[in-house]
Amino acid sequence: MPKLLGLRCRECGAEYELQATHVCEMCFGPLDAVYDYEALKKVVSRERIEAGPKSMWRYRDLLPVEESTSVVTLGEGFTPLVKADRLGEELGLRNLYLKNDSMNPTNSFKDRVVSVAISWARANGFETIACASTGNLANAVAAYAARAGLECFVFIPTDLEPAKVSAISVFEPNIVAVRGTYDDVNRLCSQLLESTPWAFCNINIRPFYAEGSKTLTFETAEQLGWKLPDEIIIPIASGCQFVRHRQAVRELMDFGLVPDERVPKFTGAQALGCAPVYNAFHSDSPERVLPVKPKTIARSIAIGNPSDGIYVNRIAAETGGTVEAVTEEEIVVAIRLLARTEGIFTETAGGVTIGVLAKLARAGRWNGDETVVAYVTGHGLKTADVLASANGHARRVEIDPTLKSFRENVTI
Amino acid sequence: MTQFRIPGPLRRLSDGQVTVTVQANDIASAITALDQRYPGFKDRLLDEKGELRQFVNLYLNDEDVRLGSGLKAKVAEDDEISIVPAVAGGSVQA
Repeated sequence: MPKLLGLRCRECGAEYELQATHVCEMCFGPLDAVYDYEALKKVVSRERIEAGPKSMWRYRDLLPVEESTSVVTLGEGFTPLVKADRLGEELGLRNLYLKNDSMNPTNSFKDRVVSVAISWARANGFETIACASTGNLANAVAAYAARAGLECFVFIPTDLEPAKVSAISVFEPNIVAVRGTYDDVNRLCSQLLESTPWAFCNINIRPFYAEGSKTLTFETAEQLGWKLPDEIIIPIASGCQFVRHRQAVRELMDFGLVPDERVPKFTGAQALGCAPVYNAFHSDSPERVLPVKPKTIARSIAIGNPSDGIYVNRIAAETGGTVEAVTEEEIVVAIRLLARTEGIFTETAGGVTIGVLAKLARAGRWNGDETVVAYVTGHGLKTADVLASANGHARRVEIDPTLKSFRENVTI
Repeated sequence: MTQFRIPGPLRRLSDGQVTVTVQANDIASAITALDQRYPGFKDRLLDEKGELRQFVNLYLNDEDVRLGSGLKAKVAEDDEISIVPAVAGGSVQA
């Protein structure tokens, strides 16, 4: 029995057959995949999940891929949830956890969504996979397209970090570098949909792609011993994953996988250099997210016109969370703080998340006993260039290969 | 004449036309002219307060009008206004 029933407009409820489309023809609202929950409720259980593979595919029943579909996987997900005692001590948090999603195959959270998207696309006859990307998505799409043996076109802004461009190029996709911001790239791709027979992971097959995000929160609950945390800190770009994590919590509760009756607080993190959601959250009209021109080192989350922004604000407000933002300097300080205390090297987007965590902790948001989880979504080598100028501050000496030189220069 | 570029989901309103030209001096009057020629566009693009709907992006020669003067932005003879649905995805309930 197929578990996917179709697509439904989130705004007006109009229903559509399963297909590669993301926009309601009636009201332009976004479309969501609809599952046969009643049938799934007879199947889904902790035991069934725990007996599954040590990847995000242990939650396959709750992903938009049918039983008969062979999935495109590199072993994504089931990344470590580490208790961060040393960082917690600095911030006055006794139950702080980090979900380290930089441990994914292409070192970012995007492997989750791409594994689902490309599995769906291949099963539905697409021969070419494409995406509009700030870098991490293109990296994942290029890798998974190679794995699946599909043609690949990635659209990126021309000014991406060199490390990201190398990590994309090695998989030999067709790279279209667009002179503009991510928002320009995204708009171009939205217009290209009609003239190409391609599956754009984050556009026309978005209803399926987005679902992969949920696994991050499923895993967090499972790794906490089938319990929900009190608060989750999530970086915000388009807001897509934020919204899906809320859906994941709903499913964990509806399927009886967690005993909790209280929804965690959902808190969003942005860089002040690109903070349209934060700006709206703290304005008189949080439902009006006005676009901005991004200017931040946190390029992987530099989306000036975030489509799910209003939903982020709604969820943050309704769950008792907040949306906070940090300066460029605070991002770099946070990257170093995380590295120094926990041995985890994150990219600038992770610096935003940890920066917001630190800022809120120091402002007295928590009494110290709450279980707080921060999602660290990408690896530091992707954006190592931002630390280059600060290398002079590292504890580094240069010496001759002699004992004398060592004694003269190093204090033990 | 100013040219509208119509996205797939709205072409049923424009008898399948990909582009529609109108006479107008700003975005708001261009939308009014488009709606007069092909009724229904105004409802799809603007909310009850007459503001651009959340899931509609309008680009005046590739620049997001929300970043500029919005619906008051002046349009000239050879300008192109692209209607592009926003790309959102997720669940509405909190």
